[in-house]
Amino acid sequence: MSALAQDTSIPSAKDLAPVPRERRRRWTYYSLPVYSGAFFLYLLIPIAFMVVYSFNQSRAALPQVTSRWQGFTTQWYRQWNGVPGLGDAFILSIKLALIATVLSAILGTLLALALVRYRFRGKGVTEQVLFSNIAAPEIVLGASLLGFFITLNQPRGFTTLLIAHVMFCVAYVTITVRARLSGFDPMLEQAAQDLGANPWVSFWKVTLPLIFPGILAGALLAFALSIDDFVTSNFVAGSSVTFPLWVYGAVKVGIPPQVFVLGTAIFSAGLVLAVTALVLQGRAKKARPEPEEG
Amino acid sequence: MEQHVRADLHGVEPPRRHRRLGRSASPYLLGAPAIVWLGVFFVIPLVTMLSLSIQTCDSITLACKLTWHFAEFPNSIGQYSDTFVRSLVYAGAATVAALVVAFPVTYWIAFRAKRKNFFLLMLLVPFFVSFVIRTTAWYTLLADQGTILNTLKNLHLVPESFHLLATPLAVIGGLAYNYLPFTALPLYVALERIDRRLMEASHDLYATRRVAFTHVVLPLAIPGIFAAFLLTFVPAAGDYVNAAILGGTNTVMIGQVIQKKFLEASDYPAASALSMVLLVLMLVGIAAYAKFLGSRTIEEYV
Repeated sequence: MSALAQDTSIPSAKDLAPVPRERRRRWTYYSLPVYSGAFFLYLLIPIAFMVVYSFNQSRAALPQVTSRWQGFTTQWYRQWNGVPGLGDAFILSIKLALIATVLSAILGTLLALALVRYRFRGKGVTEQVLFSNIAAPEIVLGASLLGFFITLNQPRGFTTLLIAHVMFCVAYVTITVRARLSGFDPMLEQAAQDLGANPWVSFWKVTLPLIFPGILAGALLAFALSIDDFVTSNFVAGSSVTFPLWVYGAVKVGIPPQVFVLGTAIFSAGLVLAVTALVLQGRAKKARPEPEEG
Repeated sequence: MEQHVRADLHGVEPPRRHRRLGRSASPYLLGAPAIVWLGVFFVIPLVTMLSLSIQTCDSITLACKLTWHFAEFPNSIGQYSDTFVRSLVYAGAATVAALVVAFPVTYWIAFRAKRKNFFLLMLLVPFFVSFVIRTTAWYTLLADQGTILNTLKNLHLVPESFHLLATPLAVIGGLAYNYLPFTALPLYVALERIDRRLMEASHDLYATRRVAFTHVVLPLAIPGIFAAFLLTFVPAAGDYVNAAILGGTNTVMIGQVIQKKFLEASDYPAASALSMVLLVLMLVGIAAYAKFLGSRTIEEYV
């Protein structure tokens, strides 16, 4: 039998297996990574400029940022508060960003829970509002909010800034947390309740720890958006001056090197936080491999 | 027996009904704070702005009255039609540039790169530096005596009189740079989501890599490309920071006009009418997306 089969040359399973495709290294094998590297360098140009030139000396009576290198100094770091108004603006921005982050993290997480867990009337509209909020040009957000405050005769200041910042951060937090929640197994909560936990306990002991990385990522994004915001703030700030507003006001007259010092500080803090989050996430993944990966 | 069952049911039902009620109310309770916040400080202001654009304001007391004065729309659009067209052209050019520049990188991250999370973080790094500072850094770098132009002039690649600031090129470049992450992320989401087995299937059907790219990858990436276009073009069209810092008197964009009218001239009706046009632009974009690509998918790209 087997001889016959071989005689009529029926292909064996081995022959039927797909012929390994010729692995010729195409031009994209090298060009894509090289191009991507160049792209990331391009992204970093103004950031590198900021960091490097925060150490640039200046002999002018009114020190200003120029692209002429005059020698290394840490003088501006020691005198970070040496420009009138700038330090106050920076502290105002930090305070505003912290409060706006906490508020929008809470509101956004709750809304994300509602959107993922339940089908309810108005869900579609809510999602459309979230998308419009993110896609809307910032100038429309700022202008319409200012029009609203003018109509209400609400004086502009810290309160209106806070309202505006929470308004544009909430949607981002919601979407980040929702992404994390949709990969979450509702059976886990069920299991906790079967083991006698009430909904409150199962939320605190099961759900919250599992979605916490998502909340953290959303909060980080909210903080970055808030501390960076210029356009909306410019409309609703009144006489309050945030850090970006101060910098914008100084651009055409020349910005002092301290602006780059504070910018570098924000950048470093953000980078450290983001890298920590990334490392923690990687470690958590290693400790608990996802079923489809194992 | 029957009574016994009924008694049991009676004992069970109230908590069940209670639970069902709790379940139907809880999405509203959870969502209410955020929904109310967005409703009061996002949706209502948009409506207010629409009404402001048809009001007439006293030029001295600034008290406004609803007069259904629709003339503000044709007036302001007619008066600033050049500025509108310029804003759309700059935003369009910047969006196309950002799409072309970002697509190969997101393709590489989605299909080839090993440490995806690291490179995604790299895409977001510009966000850690204030928008205004980034633009200011470009302003200093592109200045007539700045590093870039000096180098180019020393190499005799550009004429001595060449300058970048206050030109359309600088404004478009600034827009493209500042909105790149908004372009790259939706592209990445769309490319990452493509089922790798489809590529294998196309290869098994003797598609060359180029055919697999044009017939499998590109069509599946279209929702992402459109979302990227929307998320870049609309904010870029309304941007005024780039034009104000990098541009000059002949690169004025509509955002600058709105900002001036609102904050300096206190011409609220005209400013509202102008921003309504921007808003309509965005709504048309979203509606077009929903019509051609389905409304379900749009939220997934933000």
